[in-house]
Amino acid sequence: MGSTSSTLLKIPNVEVLMQETGFSPAHMIRLHDRFKALDKEGRGHLCPQDFGAIKELAMNPIGDRIIGAFFCPGKETVDFHTFVKILAHFRPVDKNRPKEPNSPEPINSRSNKLRFAFQLYDQDKDGKISRDELLKVLQAMLGMQVTEEQLESIADRTIQEADLDRDDAISFEEFRKVSPEILHSRCFIKV
Amino acid sequence: MAFLQQFALLLALLIVFSTSCKAAALEVDSVEVGHNYSSKSTATEDTSTSTNNSTDGQAPSSITTLPIVIWKWHHVETPYLVALWILTCWLCKLVCELNHNVTSVIPESGLLIILGFILGGIVWGADKAQTFKLIPVNFFYYLLPQIVLDASYCMPNKLFFSNLGAILIHAVIGTCWNAGTVGVALWACYEGGAMGTLNIGPLQFLLFGALMSAVDPVAVIGVFEEVHVNEVLYILVFGESLLNDGVTVVLYNVFDAFVSLGGPKINAAEMIKGIVSFFVVSFGGSFLGVVFAVLISMLTRITKNVQVIEAGFIIVLGYLSYLTAEMLSLSAILSITFCGVCCQKYINANMDEKSVITLRYTLKMMANGSETMIFVFLGVSAIDKTIWVWNTGFILLTLFFVVAFRFMGVFFLNWVLNKSRLIPIDIMDQFVMGYGGLRGAVAYGLAAILDEKKIPEKNLMLGTTLIVVYFTVILQGISMKPLVQWLKVKKATQSDLTLNGKMNNRAFEHILTAMEDICGRMGDNWWTRHWKHFDEKYVCWLLMKSDAREHNDPIFGAFHKLNLEDASKYITEGERKGSLAFIRNYDSASVDFKKKLALEYADIMPNIMADISEYDFGIDNVPVNSVMKNTIPSVSLDIHEQDRNRSMPNDLSAHHILDQHLYKSRRDVRTNPDEMQEIFQRTMRSRLESFKSAKMGVNPAKKLSKHPKKDSTHKPNGKPADPHRTHPFGDEDFEFSADSASSSEIAGHFPRRSTNAPGAGVDNPAFIPEMDTSPPIAQGRLPWTPTNLRRLAPLRMSTHSTDSFAMADASVDDEVPEEKPGTHHTKL
Repeated sequence: MGSTSSTLLKIPNVEVLMQETGFSPAHMIRLHDRFKALDKEGRGHLCPQDFGAIKELAMNPIGDRIIGAFFCPGKETVDFHTFVKILAHFRPVDKNRPKEPNSPEPINSRSNKLRFAFQLYDQDKDGKISRDELLKVLQAMLGMQVTEEQLESIADRTIQEADLDRDDAISFEEFRKVSPEILHSRCFIKV
Repeated sequence: MAFLQQFALLLALLIVFSTSCKAAALEVDSVEVGHNYSSKSTATEDTSTSTNNSTDGQAPSSITTLPIVIWKWHHVETPYLVALWILTCWLCKLVCELNHNVTSVIPESGLLIILGFILGGIVWGADKAQTFKLIPVNFFYYLLPQIVLDASYCMPNKLFFSNLGAILIHAVIGTCWNAGTVGVALWACYEGGAMGTLNIGPLQFLLFGALMSAVDPVAVIGVFEEVHVNEVLYILVFGESLLNDGVTVVLYNVFDAFVSLGGPKINAAEMIKGIVSFFVVSFGGSFLGVVFAVLISMLTRITKNVQVIEAGFIIVLGYLSYLTAEMLSLSAILSITFCGVCCQKYINANMDEKSVITLRYTLKMMANGSETMIFVFLGVSAIDKTIWVWNTGFILLTLFFVVAFRFMGVFFLNWVLNKSRLIPIDIMDQFVMGYGGLRGAVAYGLAAILDEKKIPEKNLMLGTTLIVVYFTVILQGISMKPLVQWLKVKKATQSDLTLNGKMNNRAFEHILTAMEDICGRMGDNWWTRHWKHFDEKYVCWLLMKSDAREHNDPIFGAFHKLNLEDASKYITEGERKGSLAFIRNYDSASVDFKKKLALEYADIMPNIMADISEYDFGIDNVPVNSVMKNTIPSVSLDIHEQDRNRSMPNDLSAHHILDQHLYKSRRDVRTNPDEMQEIFQRTMRSRLESFKSAKMGVNPAKKLSKHPKKDSTHKPNGKPADPHRTHPFGDEDFEFSADSASSSEIAGHFPRRSTNAPGAGVDNPAFIPEMDTSPPIAQGRLPWTPTNLRRLAPLRMSTHSTDSFAMADASVDDEVPEEKPGTHHTKL
């Protein structure tokens, strides 16, 4: 693995990053290596084509949305900082993290995960999932097996389950309330 | 009172068959009969010393006159006794369940054992010998398979396979550890003189350790069903109890063979053969199970025309997998486990819903019945003087070692596992895991088939096994619930099935897979994804019917299920209120419609509620709904389903959905739409007239609107033709009157959002939220004014749109809702 500390120092702002995201040094190194591997042209940041090069991602029904999630609106590139922060959403929860009263919620909290998912659905970023957006997501995930009308009724019912203020769209609060505890195994990846 | 009646009945039964035994003895001078017809006996045995039956083939002595009625006891004796005992055991269960206060303290299995003691005492008193006991053959061949089949058929596969590594480690290594340590420790104590003199050798101790080591699935189900621990913990203990059979069988056979061979003959070759046999037995058994699963799935592809007995195929083939494995000396429990686990998905997709329900309930009935019988007979078998050899040291030490080594093994293995698990197992969970290592009938069965000639101390072992079983089932069973509460072990989360939940789960699956790809790691999701891909492409093609494949998606399945639940709740509510009228004023329409058009159309009926206070969200059970869910406890891994169904208030959301009309999936459209339409219109029209007069002062006429069912020949949702119809409520109503142009313009959905016009082409226009005029309605509150009527509109099956009400009430359309329905909601 090489000497940890020297590799670590090569990563800019590594201390801050580790603090924010909670990754361990080993994780950071792995992620950095991966970042560099993806960044084929060595530019120091990733663009959508780099993500597109990952074959399996192309097969993912919502792959393009996920890729889109890495890029802040307007920006065309992802630097290492953002890369790590987004991956930090899915780090396993530390049970022993001390709960400081004023510290911001850790990135991998359930709420932030849900927010991440919410942003995937909400493409136009208006803070609500409209019926059309929901329909698109469902279509992407289910499209092959379900007919158009069934998709629509599923979308309708989904909104109806969640939509408390009757505005025919799901806001983040409603989304959070109605999303049950996500199955534990579904929340984490091993970095 | 009821209790006394039951008990009296029980007693009567006992007396009847005790005396019948005597009668049989008196009837004929006996010839010894060894056994009953093995094909029919389940739990009875005539010991050769006690009474005998008159047998086959003794020709009756010559008669002098024509008898009118003959006492033919000997003809029916065996089946009669069998049936009588089954009835008795099930009556015991009835007695146990009479009082819930008792069952919440002592688990039912414990109570059954105690009742078994009583019954055994009665039989002993009558016969001075234990004529009925749990024979290993009957247990292993007739009582155990269905329990395992049921458990595996209802196994939550995702949970099972995602924890498979942990389960296997506990099952294999844990069981070997238990067996080895108990055997060695007992032998050490024996050598140390703690047990006095026994005719026993180290190999026999190891054999005893092997048969004691198995955690028993029946006992685990029996105890854990009352205690709703979290799913991961449950699946770990339960999975272990199922999968450790492979190890137990091997260990038992190996040590049994070693005992026969004798000490000196055991060398390295034999040991290696032992280890090899482990792999062969376990993997062979599992593979056999998978083969049978494939057979079953393929068979269900073509049983469309024999749906009546479709469910039976699975039971028979499952049983055959068990017997085949037994025949090949592979692990039978593993075989039937994997058979059930692997085939569930495909047969559920292939078979008709009714067959699935039939299968589920049949399996539950058989499994629960068997479990009851096993526990009762475990009690009965104890009341037998001949088997008891008391050796305090042996018994106490066994108990101690079994418990202690179980805990040690569990803690150690979990510590190792936690190093590589994503979600570590909590220490309290580990404690419960250790505590949940219950021994049961399997251990007893194995002990009972010991050969007395090889193992002179068989009775001692048998008695000790029984004591350990009683200890774990009764004592540990009683203390499990308070222990779980005291340790604050996480309980099972009762998450209701929601589309949002399913969708999120699916989304997260994809997200995590993507993240793993991005990180370049092969995690769990990698395996899941590749299996899914493989499954979809090849396995489903082979094992599922083609139309089943199309509707295979879980989200759609959830949707369908939710709608079915709503429909049944709807019906039940309607029945409670005397009719499908949630608003008393609109009674007749609903009733008529329902009667005329049969239940299928029940969901078309509007259920507009005039008075919310009428709505009694009591804690009634929803019987119809319970058909859809598993309410039967035990042997079901949906152990908390029963509780869940008991609380109606949780169904607020369903009511919220209920008041919208229910979507029926396309494939249910069967009947002739036109005819239905005519009848409906006529009815509606007449009803409306009667309402209008009654309702004039109170409410504007309700808008009973129908929605055209989404149909391929469906008309589009064009904008409503009549201008006056574009008012806030009742939009859907008017779409029918809108042009019924050809269906293909479904794409012409007008933007529902903006004009609040319902997408008629869309399946559930009712789900269109009310726009401006209607206030937010929190879940569970039903709208009661006509403003909300449009969401109560039923779905129609036909393509024609006629809304009699709409047309009749065209003039009354433009009133404004008098008050916000929100103010009328009572707290529910």
